[in-house]
Amino acid sequence: MTDPAALSAVRFRGVSRHFGATRAVDGVDLDIAPGAFFAMLGPSGSGKTTCLRLIAGFEQPDAGSIEIFGAPMTGVPPYRRSVNTVFQDYALFPHMTVGANVAYGPMVRGVPRAEREARARELLALVALSGFEDRRPAQLSGGQRQRVALARALINEPKVLLLDEPLGALDLKLREQMQVELKSLQRRLGITFVFVTHDQSEALSMADRIAVFNEGRIVQVGAPDEVYERPQTRFVADFVGGSNVVEPDAAERLGLPRGLYSLRPEKIRLGEIGFAGTVETTLYQGAQRRVVVAVGSDRLAVVAPAERGPLPVGSAVRLFVPPGAAHRMEG
Amino acid sequence: MNRAPLGLRIAAAAGLLFLHLPLALIFLYAFTTEERSYQFPPPGYTLEWFAVAWNRPDIWAALGLSVRVAATATAIALVLGTLAAAAVARSRFFGRDSVTLLIILPIALPGIVTGIALRSAYSLADIPFSFWTIVVGHATFCIVVVYNNAVARLRRTSGSLVEASMDLGADGFQTFRHVVLPQLSTALLAGGMLAFALSFDEVIVTTFTAGQQTTLPIWMLSELIRPRQRPVTNVVAAMVIAVTFLPILAAYYLTRDGDRIAGQGK
Amino acid sequence: MAALPIDGRDGALRRLSDRLVARPRLLVALFLAPPLLWLGVVYLGSLVALLAQSFFSIDEFSGLIVREWTLKTYGELFRPANLDIIGRTVTMAALVTLVGAVIAFPIAYYAARYARGRTKALFYLAVMLPLWSSYLVRVYAWKLILAREGILAWATERTGTTPLLDAWLALPVVGGPSLSISYTGTFLVFLYLWLPFMILPIQAALERVPGSLLEASADLGARPGQTLRKVILPLALPGVVAGSIFTFALTLGDYITPQIVGSSTLYIGQAVYTLQGTAGNIPLAAAFSVVPIAIMVGYLAVAKRMGAFDAL
Ligand SMILES: Nc1ncnc2c1ncn2[C@@H]1O[C@H](COP(=O)(O)OP(=O)(O)O)[C@@H](O)[C@H]1O
Ligand SMILES: [Mg+2]
Repeated sequence: MTDPAALSAVRFRGVSRHFGATRAVDGVDLDIAPGAFFAMLGPSGSGKTTCLRLIAGFEQPDAGSIEIFGAPMTGVPPYRRSVNTVFQDYALFPHMTVGANVAYGPMVRGVPRAEREARARELLALVALSGFEDRRPAQLSGGQRQRVALARALINEPKVLLLDEPLGALDLKLREQMQVELKSLQRRLGITFVFVTHDQSEALSMADRIAVFNEGRIVQVGAPDEVYERPQTRFVADFVGGSNVVEPDAAERLGLPRGLYSLRPEKIRLGEIGFAGTVETTLYQGAQRRVVVAVGSDRLAVVAPAERGPLPVGSAVRLFVPPGAAHRMEG
Repeated sequence: MNRAPLGLRIAAAAGLLFLHLPLALIFLYAFTTEERSYQFPPPGYTLEWFAVAWNRPDIWAALGLSVRVAATATAIALVLGTLAAAAVARSRFFGRDSVTLLIILPIALPGIVTGIALRSAYSLADIPFSFWTIVVGHATFCIVVVYNNAVARLRRTSGSLVEASMDLGADGFQTFRHVVLPQLSTALLAGGMLAFALSFDEVIVTTFTAGQQTTLPIWMLSELIRPRQRPVTNVVAAMVIAVTFLPILAAYYLTRDGDRIAGQGK
Repeated sequence: MAALPIDGRDGALRRLSDRLVARPRLLVALFLAPPLLWLGVVYLGSLVALLAQSFFSIDEFSGLIVREWTLKTYGELFRPANLDIIGRTVTMAALVTLVGAVIAFPIAYYAARYARGRTKALFYLAVMLPLWSSYLVRVYAWKLILAREGILAWATERTGTTPLLDAWLALPVVGGPSLSISYTGTFLVFLYLWLPFMILPIQAALERVPGSLLEASADLGARPGQTLRKVILPLALPGVVAGSIFTFALTLGDYITPQIVGSSTLYIGQAVYTLQGTAGNIPLAAAFSVVPIAIMVGYLAVAKRMGAFDAL
């Protein structure tokens, strides 16, 4: 706290939250820089939501401490935290209009009616929902509800905005559109966004920092390219984009020093030189093909551009692993 | 949707007729000119008995007591039933099933058991019969009606609404006032009306807890056992049916979208 | 606006809220305390008082209650006259339950399978209104129906079925001088009173049977009768059991219906009522009221095992 530059928006130190025998969050250390777009990525049940609820104040840690902009949060109820949440199911108040939903925060803070209604209109304009003030949440589409939830959470000008799988309920096209909008909104407002997702591509495309969760622990934190290119563990390599995990024995066969490696499929070249193998399965993905090739007793996933033509199962191919393509992991 | 087989339709219709013809008969008899017997068809029709009933102070007194008892018992049941529902619906705690069982017990056990139990407790504790001895009994079995309605509604509303409210800066009391209460209001109104109807009509427990006091059902009961003026009883019976229909209909319309069967608590 | 990481606004309520929000268990305890105190003290307390009295006895000469623990009073339950009362009541409850289920099933089935929209709402109300309307008035209606000069006598006369009715009344046990002074009359009124309690749970159970299940059964070659027996009835059974909890409990505890419509023989409810009232034998009345409790506890245990609670 003495050095304001080092102040974290959110800081976890040894935070645990257990439910009976379930270690939902287990000794987590975490620093989220002010203004970051921070993603918590991990499979279902890995403790992401619980972490978010700890920041919001819906849960209290069993051990460890949480600070928000340097202020300790022990015993601070949610309504005293300058943090707002976009809930997974949006949690819009069904008995209120859209306008009243958005104006709820200022209302409970005692802001006069005219002022808070004007403010709610501004926020609705921000999420491109002008003129929807008098509708009920039930009369909105999923994407519109999502925007209302966003406007409602932003009206209090929180220092940290929490989003729990905010795009999970939307269809693919809307989801891609909202990804872009959320990203640009965050840039404009400069608020710290903490964003939970189990979708690695969503995390990679939106966040400027990613924490990968597994079984209540953070297994790696870093910039998207770092996590993607240089996974530190087998779990990260596998979960973030299905990298090839090369076991020590196989590494030797591939001519690498003995060790555990991650080898991204798109880094391997299919061509005239390299190890000989046969195509085992092939999966057409539009712009590319994902092919599993058997090299001796090893199996490697390879990505081939679609224009390279079909790769029938059983056809003989050669794989070339460029120097430096494999990334050595810890374990 | 295909049509039901003829046999099924006849059986269902006959069953419903069996449920409703006797009630229709009550209304018919309220207008009969026959005083001494329950002759069918009535020899003639008259409105005379409505006037006679209107001028009977004993009926008004009984009605007044019943309304006051029902209103008080409903108020108590509303508070206690809502509190119990809030605790049970929102959290898991040790002994939760036992709490539910305890709330349901007063209607699961025969009314006479509740009645005689209260009566023996009153006599053991030397409590004389009064307005309150009736109210205590009624409130006890009305709790479950409110509880059932409130629990059904709380289960149906998303738990994250309360969190969303607190997240936006509302403390516990503001959340209760702006989010929980509006969510519950129609369920509580429905539960309250059903509780009122239940209490207004109750006779089995009441005979044990009323002493010399006469509620409307007790008045009816004494008329059934020793008829004094049959046509007046007919009129009161018809009015009671008409009056209890209203809260039931209202409760139905208040809870119809979603909450399953508000009235099953009886 | 709130730019602080901690909102420092204060007030007595807000500080109280802080304390409660920080201790969710305390909050639940505070919610539970009033209803539990009420039910625990008033209701359970009374039940315990009742139970205690059943272990007292009555002095045969002075008629005063002897406050000494004894099982003597329970022994009296096994006198033939009292066993008769218990047997009669349980038989009546069982018959009402069985016939009630048979009559309720078509109504519930129609409401669950065929009624839609407005018809469904009407069906529902048609069951709810009698359920919630005045119990006494509904007993009274049967007094009107069964009276010597009432609608039933009129109807049998008009249709020429009076000999049939007379023949029924001439039967032993179920007959009597008139329907309103016979077991048949009591049975009819009980059936009428508790029928809605049987319909609703059966309907609830049937609503949970997905239509695709019936189609699957038909698809696999079952005739409608087979589907009914093999698929629908087993799935409706929890509803029937749930409904029977009500019909059983209500019949066991009723002391008014048999008093108004029926022969002069006693049922458990009446026995309890007269014993505690005119006879002043509270211990025996208490012991008698333990009978329906015991029957219901046993019944509930079985019902729970059959999954009937989900249909409540
Ligand atoms: N209130 C709770 N009670 C019991 N277990 C819980 C509770 N909340 C979460 N859990 C458990 O904690 C683990 C982590 O849950 P969560 O944080 O929701 O994971 P994620 O959001 O990554 O899917 C899961 O195993 C979940 O079942
Ligand atoms: Mg989650």
